[in-house]
Amino acid sequence: MIGGRESDRRVRLAHGGGGRLMRELVRDVFGRAFGDGGEPRVLEDAALLETGGAGRLAFTTDTFVVTPLFFPGGNVGDLAVNGTVNDLAMRGARPLALSVAVVIEEGFAWDDLEAIAGSMARAARSAGVAVVTGDTKVVPRGAADGIFVNTAGVGIVPEGRDVSAGNLGPGDRVLVSGPVGDHGVAVMSRRAGLSFEADVESDTAALNGLVESMFAASAGIRAMRDPTRGGLAAALSEMAEDSRVAVLLDERVLPVRPVVRAACETLGLDPLHVPCEGRLVAIVAAAEADAVLEAMRGHELGRGAVAIGEVREGPAGRVELRTRVGGLRLVDLPAGELLPRIC
Amino acid sequence: MTAGGWAGRLAAIRPRSGATLMEVCGTHTVTARRAGIHSLLPEDVRLLSGPGCPVCVTPVGYIDHAVALCREPGVTVATFGDLVRVPGSTSSLERARAEGGDVRVVYSALDALELAGREPERIVVFLGVGFETTSPTVAAALLEAADRGIDGFTVLSAHRLIPPALEALLPPGDTELRIDGFLAPGHVSTIIGVEPYRFVAERHGRPVVVAGFEAEDMLLGIDALLRQLSGGRSEVENVYRRAVRTEGNPTARGVLERAFEPVDCEWRGLGAIPASGLAVRPELARHDAARRVDVEVEPSFEPKGCLCGVILRGEAQPEDCPLFGRACSPERPVGACMVSSEGACSAAHRFGRSAR
Repeated sequence: MIGGRESDRRVRLAHGGGGRLMRELVRDVFGRAFGDGGEPRVLEDAALLETGGAGRLAFTTDTFVVTPLFFPGGNVGDLAVNGTVNDLAMRGARPLALSVAVVIEEGFAWDDLEAIAGSMARAARSAGVAVVTGDTKVVPRGAADGIFVNTAGVGIVPEGRDVSAGNLGPGDRVLVSGPVGDHGVAVMSRRAGLSFEADVESDTAALNGLVESMFAASAGIRAMRDPTRGGLAAALSEMAEDSRVAVLLDERVLPVRPVVRAACETLGLDPLHVPCEGRLVAIVAAAEADAVLEAMRGHELGRGAVAIGEVREGPAGRVELRTRVGGLRLVDLPAGELLPRIC
Repeated sequence: MTAGGWAGRLAAIRPRSGATLMEVCGTHTVTARRAGIHSLLPEDVRLLSGPGCPVCVTPVGYIDHAVALCREPGVTVATFGDLVRVPGSTSSLERARAEGGDVRVVYSALDALELAGREPERIVVFLGVGFETTSPTVAAALLEAADRGIDGFTVLSAHRLIPPALEALLPPGDTELRIDGFLAPGHVSTIIGVEPYRFVAERHGRPVVVAGFEAEDMLLGIDALLRQLSGGRSEVENVYRRAVRTEGNPTARGVLERAFEPVDCEWRGLGAIPASGLAVRPELARHDAARRVDVEVEPSFEPKGCLCGVILRGEAQPEDCPLFGRACSPERPVGACMVSSEGACSAAHRFGRSAR
């Protein structure tokens, strides 16, 4: 067997790709280590904690290693703030406060650091959340690549909101807030060694405002995800698996910008696997779908919202696509090292 | 056209006794699976994958050679991402890289050439894998390296030619061949034209249709094959006229001939096929990694139980393999057909056996 002895196992880039291997690593190493013996614990993007008072506390963290640090439409700073705000918002939480921790490589340009900090501050202001604590480490040249940023965040889930990946039921509608794949292609277009130009900007944005207007319109929101690593495919497959249902999407209405589609063709990628950093996919009760869609379209970050499919009975986690020519195919999780260091 | 449209149209023209078609090319394999084309075919029309996935038909010894090269001090292996994960006999480029081997993913041979220009102290080995579509750009990179004196640029060639592979699938006098017609890759014909397929239609009585790579192009190609079979015809037909000229691209063929020469070559599943591979010409020996860098390559063996070879001959579908989806998956591939994005097993795993 190629795998060799267990003690020879090493972490590969593919273990960070957002696909099945990463799920296995998180489950088998961290889930097992932090579980209370026996079954590995399920680790959610944001944990919900009972406070004894009104609402539940949501708590999350995320680390950003994107390269290049500056890309069309943003940089690692606003990406780090928006990413953590979104992890909270996807559980229905209102973000309260963030921490920011940075690991900086010796020799990093002061101007770049100021630019990144400025972007963080602007992103936090625009999301209406305060950065209240932080940490700074500097490591010798070569021990990090420029700067790595970690953010953690807490938020409160108001009473009456029940948003969870386990809530999907047959008949529910799948809504997406806009075109998918912009962030991944924007970053890839600036990678050294990649000779293609794509006139597209990252969609990085804080989605808590959009989420609030959706909840104002309807309580029928069952689950939400921001499709980052692994893209829409991974987000939908994970939710469908947790709820033990299948999902059918319609390629004819799936929003993908032509420039993103073309770039994906060139790079051999499926737009459904390419990360977004400012889009959400929501699963909504069928009767509420129109109301939620209208609320999304009324918000600046949801103008391009579309209903792209529905939840069905079927094998747990199976996502299928009705293609443009009318065929039917499976939408799988991305395998391996698709887009390393995309966020 | 609506779903009923394509399914209905193909059902209306299918031969009475059904048909078994082969898409020769890996890009077609992906298009077919990605567009769910199998779900639009009539019940008794089958579409098999052929030997046109470059990574899949490259024997394991080539990967072993590349792995040995990347571990060599002063040597960088530059490759398309597909090859990084292909299992060798005991390792892979991905594993060798995790253990310190120098493996870099590039998106073209010219990227590798630029890399060699930037790092003149290293020998950059570009892994030349692919058919007539990709080999001309590799040939151009070789000629440019010689021209500009970029001494560190080399190619480890596993380039192959499509028509000899079809010939190998059609042994002389064979009357029981299960394949009734071939869908030929449009991009190969942009280089070689349509003439090289004439022997398939005329000597072997099997229609060949050259088709493009959008789902609609492929459906048009299948439509043309079924019409020929229903009408008892066997011709070479081009339904990709917006890109393919009958004579192909003589300039690209010229470049190819200046850099490479045909050699006998081993294919996974098909065995040794005469004059089916391309080796770097002796005049360019300095840029031929096989001649330039002397490494010891471990003895090679193909993975046990893997049906890649049989699948590449069109004698089995990926789902027939006992390893498929169990011991062998895109995350833990056993055979090359599960690794390459163009591999029949990978496409079947990713996009599923289509429900009707």
